[in-house]
Amino acid sequence: MTPLLSVTGVCKNYGARVGCADVSFDLWPGEVLAIVGESGSGKTTLLKCISGQMEASSGSVYYTTRDDRRVALDAMSEAERRFLMRTDWGFVHQDAREGLRMGVSAGANVGERLMAVGERHYGRIRGAALDWLARVEITGDRIDDSPWSYSGGMRQRLQIARNLVTAPRLVFMDEPTGGLDVSVQARLLDLLRGLVRKLGLAAVIVTHDLAVARLLSTRMLVMQGGRAIETGLTDQILEDPQEPYTQLLVSSVLQV
Amino acid sequence: MTVPAYNFAYLNEQTKRMIRRAILKAVAIPGYQVPFASREMPMPQGWGTGGVQVTAAILTPEDTLKVIDQGADDTTNAVSIRQFFVKTAGVATTEATTEATVIQTRHRIPETPLTEKQTLVFQVPIPEPLRFLEQRETETRKMHALEEYGVMHVKLYEDIARFGEIATTYAYPAKVNGRYVFDPSPIPKFDNPKLDNCPALQLFGAGREKRIYAVPPYTAVKSLDFEDHPFSVQSWDKPCAICGASDCFLDEIVTDDKGGRMFVCSDTDHCGKRQRAA
Repeated sequence: MTPLLSVTGVCKNYGARVGCADVSFDLWPGEVLAIVGESGSGKTTLLKCISGQMEASSGSVYYTTRDDRRVALDAMSEAERRFLMRTDWGFVHQDAREGLRMGVSAGANVGERLMAVGERHYGRIRGAALDWLARVEITGDRIDDSPWSYSGGMRQRLQIARNLVTAPRLVFMDEPTGGLDVSVQARLLDLLRGLVRKLGLAAVIVTHDLAVARLLSTRMLVMQGGRAIETGLTDQILEDPQEPYTQLLVSSVLQV
Repeated sequence: MTVPAYNFAYLNEQTKRMIRRAILKAVAIPGYQVPFASREMPMPQGWGTGGVQVTAAILTPEDTLKVIDQGADDTTNAVSIRQFFVKTAGVATTEATTEATVIQTRHRIPETPLTEKQTLVFQVPIPEPLRFLEQRETETRKMHALEEYGVMHVKLYEDIARFGEIATTYAYPAKVNGRYVFDPSPIPKFDNPKLDNCPALQLFGAGREKRIYAVPPYTAVKSLDFEDHPFSVQSWDKPCAICGASDCFLDEIVTDDKGGRMFVCSDTDHCGKRQRAA
């Protein structure tokens, strides 16, 4: 078996400042990796570099396609990369407004990727949209409503449905539960966990919330100052952190 | 006029050359929007300055010009543009579609089938069909380059979801030559089938947006649709109240303030010809 995503020595500098430095990891099919760390530790920079949204200063990212080819992201043409992004990959933004097309209805949002890959049958597109809205616990009678009329939690779930409709193999999530209240967070996490397990998705989740990491991820990568300081199984790191910073991070979680 | 006050057809030769280059490129790449250095014209933008510049660039002294606005030869826009070219180019003008060699049009394609000897010039307000869903020009250009047209169907999907059918009735997007999706200017979708495999050269000029594009003669133009919601054109319950034509695009005319109305041909030349023949 080959890893789905292979990241080697990725660095990103913003002028003299370091975004992230020398990060390497492999992501295997069906695996969920959480990238944790405090604000400004380079989590989002890393996510953007490995998802092809930003060019890394150095290092390489290899992706294994469905037909088992290992391709370097920066060697792909822009057309290939954009095609990959709307078929094999998904990207869930922290702010749902960035990930959704706010001017059109929820159904059109879910159906867009299908139309982008050539589906031209209205009935089938609508069927798939209804199916996916149900899976993310949005009732079918909201299908023609604008995302503006949705609550924050619903928008986030809609964004997830929109990404998963083309059955991607790899989903990137940037703080998927950020900005939601605790009960809505819990529901969303529950949903995400179910979907990830059921569909066998591989995912990279950026979060500062260790609870999110514990619930969703199988492996964890702790970042500080742009470097990956500790990586390992989620349970292992949370139960027995080795690095002083990780220990601090784990111990600073409020115990209710 | 004794002394010509303007260069032939108003624009100077250098400008015409620039526009002709854009036209040549547009013809070479059917449906592709070619940027050009649109000039100030002695009429407001939005009154057809793009079409006027294209017409000025292709006009020769031997041409016979017809100008139509919403199908009619006698509305303000048509009359003023026709007079503009009479004054600046001194070309012959006509209202008969069959006699014209250059036809500048706003919002319609004549009902009379065009021939290889004719050129149709459209006035275009917004040349970018993707603009409704994507505001960034850099992004729409990229989408055209990479043939990412899925989003065009998102618009049609929205129509069906809201109205039960594709409710876009004018500026209906179509694919030219199997490659570029283009906006055929605000002609009713009734006219879209006439774009397809048309013997005449069709040029589109957008003055404010500084774009020229073209559909060369005998080029395939396919209107976008869904398999289960195929493209269809408008139809009317009654024929034209004046000439009795049942296969033409009809305008609704309010005749009094008591709800009286009549439906008549929008193409005045075609309607008049039918009346004379009857």
